[in-house]
Amino acid sequence: MDQHQEHAPHTEHVDSVKTYALVLLALLAATILTAFVATLDLGPLNIIVALGIAVVKMLLVALFFMHVRYSTNLTRLVIVGGMLWLAILLLLSFVDFGTRGAIGVLGR
Amino acid sequence: MASEAHHLETLALREQFNTEEQQKDASTLGMWVFLITEIMFFGGMFLAYTIYRTTFPNVFGIASSSLNLPIGATNTCVLLLSSFTMVMAVRAAQLGQQKMIIFFLIITMLFGFAFLGIKAYEWTEKFEEHHVPAQAAFHLDGVTGPDQQGHAKLFFSLYFAMTGLHALHMVVGVSILAFIIWQTARGTYSAKYFTPVDIAGLYWHFVDVVWIFLFPLFYLIDRHLPK
Repeated sequence: MDQHQEHAPHTEHVDSVKTYALVLLALLAATILTAFVATLDLGPLNIIVALGIAVVKMLLVALFFMHVRYSTNLTRLVIVGGMLWLAILLLLSFVDFGTRGAIGVLGR
Repeated sequence: MASEAHHLETLALREQFNTEEQQKDASTLGMWVFLITEIMFFGGMFLAYTIYRTTFPNVFGIASSSLNLPIGATNTCVLLLSSFTMVMAVRAAQLGQQKMIIFFLIITMLFGFAFLGIKAYEWTEKFEEHHVPAQAAFHLDGVTGPDQQGHAKLFFSLYFAMTGLHALHMVVGVSILAFIIWQTARGTYSAKYFTPVDIAGLYWHFVDVVWIFLFPLFYLIDRHLPK
């Protein structure tokens, strides 16, 4: 992850079948885990655990299957930037939606 | 590039790039930019979902529990398996094993068809249960309050819109795989040049990631509550 590979000579990073198989097993296990945890009453934690597991699965797919581990820094920057825009879309909308009625609106 | 042999010009290095590595990095970056637009596209729907879910939490919980969990979980596993076979196809491409590319891509396509088949069965179930918002006979059991059938319709509208959009991406993905299989069979790809296999993989995994979020958000709300 921390290796600076952009100046290294071009070599394809070929992961082992074992690596991919372990990632697959982890993904399948996480799916069973999230379906099981949903049957427990954790109160507000239910959604946090469900989304947390989904994020872990997303990271596994992105880092290993989509080879983000070996991506150039520019590609990584674009991905993180995209996530930031998604966060803006979601967070600002929630702030708007959550505070409606909390403050008076002139003329209404 | 030799101009006397245009049809034989290797795709490994087009003239506007300095190195093969630069060309591949440009393709990968371009695909990611496209995927970011897809993330924003789905993001708007996830936003609508979240706002309606927080507004009508009880109805969404009841409606979610009416979905077929074993089917949904099975489909999740089918997609994860397809992502595994997809990455194995890319790995075969890296190693220049053309037959293995075709083998793994065909398996990936079959998983894709399996997913769509299971999805079609699941949607048919919804029609039979009168859980399709457009149906005049729409009715969700356990929902009794004023306007709550309408709120249940909202849940199922989002369900069909988002799983439908996802399924559309699966159809596109399967078509892309068919094209890549055809190209591989023609001998287009080698260990030196297989960018389209790689890029198709990125698309396929992205569609998988969308489902990774759709599954808990639609199928797993309030599963612990007594029916």
